[in-house]
Amino acid sequence: MRYSAARLLWEGLKGHKGWGRAWRDPEPKPSYDVVIIGGGGHGLATAHYLSKVYGVRDVAVLEKGWIGGGNVGRNTTIIRSNYLLDGNEPFYEFSMKLWENLEQDLNYNAMVSQRGIMNLIHTDAQRDAFRRRGNAMRLYGAGSELLDADQVRKEVPFLNFDNARFPIKGALVQRRGGTVRHDAVAWGYARSADQHGVDIIQNCEVTGFRIENGKVLGIETTRGYIGAGKVGVAVAGNSSRVMAKAGMRLPIESHVLQAFVSEGLKPVIPGVITFGAGHFYVSQSDKGGLVFGGDIDGYNTYAQRGNMPVVEDVAEGGVALMPIIGRARLLRMWGGIMDMSMDGSPFIDKTHIDGLYFNGGWCYGGFKATPASGYAFAHLLATDTPHDTATAYRLDRFRSGAMIDEKGMGAQPNLH
Amino acid sequence: MLIPHPLLGLRDAQEFTYLGDASLLNRPDGMAEGAAEALHDYLYLRDNPAGEHRELWFHEQGDRSWLVVTRNTLTHEITQVEFAADVARQKGADQ
Ligand SMILES: Cc1cc2nc3c(=O)[nH]c(=O)nc-3n(C[C@H](O)[C@H](O)[C@H](O)COP(=O)(O)OP(=O)(O)OC[C@H]3O[C@@H](n4cnc5c(N)ncnc54)[C@H](O)[C@@H]3O)c2cc1C
Repeated sequence: MRYSAARLLWEGLKGHKGWGRAWRDPEPKPSYDVVIIGGGGHGLATAHYLSKVYGVRDVAVLEKGWIGGGNVGRNTTIIRSNYLLDGNEPFYEFSMKLWENLEQDLNYNAMVSQRGIMNLIHTDAQRDAFRRRGNAMRLYGAGSELLDADQVRKEVPFLNFDNARFPIKGALVQRRGGTVRHDAVAWGYARSADQHGVDIIQNCEVTGFRIENGKVLGIETTRGYIGAGKVGVAVAGNSSRVMAKAGMRLPIESHVLQAFVSEGLKPVIPGVITFGAGHFYVSQSDKGGLVFGGDIDGYNTYAQRGNMPVVEDVAEGGVALMPIIGRARLLRMWGGIMDMSMDGSPFIDKTHIDGLYFNGGWCYGGFKATPASGYAFAHLLATDTPHDTATAYRLDRFRSGAMIDEKGMGAQPNLH
Repeated sequence: MLIPHPLLGLRDAQEFTYLGDASLLNRPDGMAEGAAEALHDYLYLRDNPAGEHRELWFHEQGDRSWLVVTRNTLTHEITQVEFAADVARQKGADQ
């Protein structure tokens, strides 16, 4: 069924009884050409592009819980393409272009809202670094603007400009950045993939791989053995656990990132604002809640909850940046498990096992990457060659020295 | 999270800096045969287990000792805390 204004009107007249389910609930078949493990944003986007763009339709997505229950439904929904390094910027800009046409492509309202992202500047050195980054963005057509303090003040007058320790001296702005309704991204990709013949199988946990003579033949799941020509793994925070079942150790640690939402308030924040002196970022949802977050907790964990010190740190960052936030009450908070890589950048690559492909290492920034990640992973699965924008995301880059370390932190995942 | 320091008792995890897997104590010999490969694995690859994890914490805001903490990454429960120096010494003695 196509969604449209006419359809809405028609269903409205008939009491909304005819919508039906958005995707099927099939039993797993004995085998598929391609099996994707992980029904998060990246797995579902891969299935969509694989079936729609690359014409591979004998595909299953296996999800251990329900789709959208992982990080795709836990993030703070920010999209942007404001990276510095050559290995990253073209990829994230490709993703931004796919976001811009996503709803037409999926026939699904994902509430893509390009209301801008503003990275605040507090020191002269930071201005230099942001100018350089802004230029890198322009080289790849992403667009950027450098604002001075007065220009920032015009747009967001409620910030604490004259903070003695961290005065606001300007901002790097990407007008095309913004937010997207994260659940709708999972559902929209799932619905479209389903319409193109993909089986989305929930409550199906992968428990092992059947590998013979260096080639993967299929996977063991809680719903039985499923044969597969190719297997693509996109399980985000669980990457190390799943790949360990194929005997692999990854350059990844799992860490928790927390997110917070306030009670609903009248519109105050126009776009996304990030504090350049502490780690704090905030936007306002359509329902009025302030959606914000900060640093990861910083220790290995698979518990989808964080600890109080980070809550305090985030609150301090918020109050330092915009004192008015002190009056808002916190409504909800939660955590998600991040696949933090050794250089802060992701992987989309084949493994040394024939037929086994890996997508992961997205750290705290993989939501914005969802469309490009799915596209590039589908390209790799269908053609056995990396997509043009994802050639740097190799698993062996630490061996060859071709790291993509945006922050220059080295092999210390909790600092990226 | 509270870390039971062997000398100082329960301390807030906030006083510590986290480094990561305690296997970082076992730095390979850089002059040995195949050192490049061994150092690659040592520096970049991690077991990253769900469950019991031995990890290095530095008591930066305290007595500045390095600890090896055994902690469950699913529940955050801490079951053992040792001085990293003792762990390293014991390893030397075993060799
Ligand atoms: C609090 C928070 C805020 C964030 N904010 C942003 C942001 O503002 N902007 C941004 O770009 N990114 C952000 N991120 C990061 C982003 O959410 C992730 O990088 C991205 O969602 C990861 O990809 P995914 O959607 O495929 O992951 P997930 O949705 O986690 O999908 C992985 C799926 O694999 C499944 N799985 C795991 N093991 C198995 C198994 N054995 N068998 C079958 N299935 C399995 C899981 O159940 C899960 O559903 C944030 C993350 C968090 C937690």
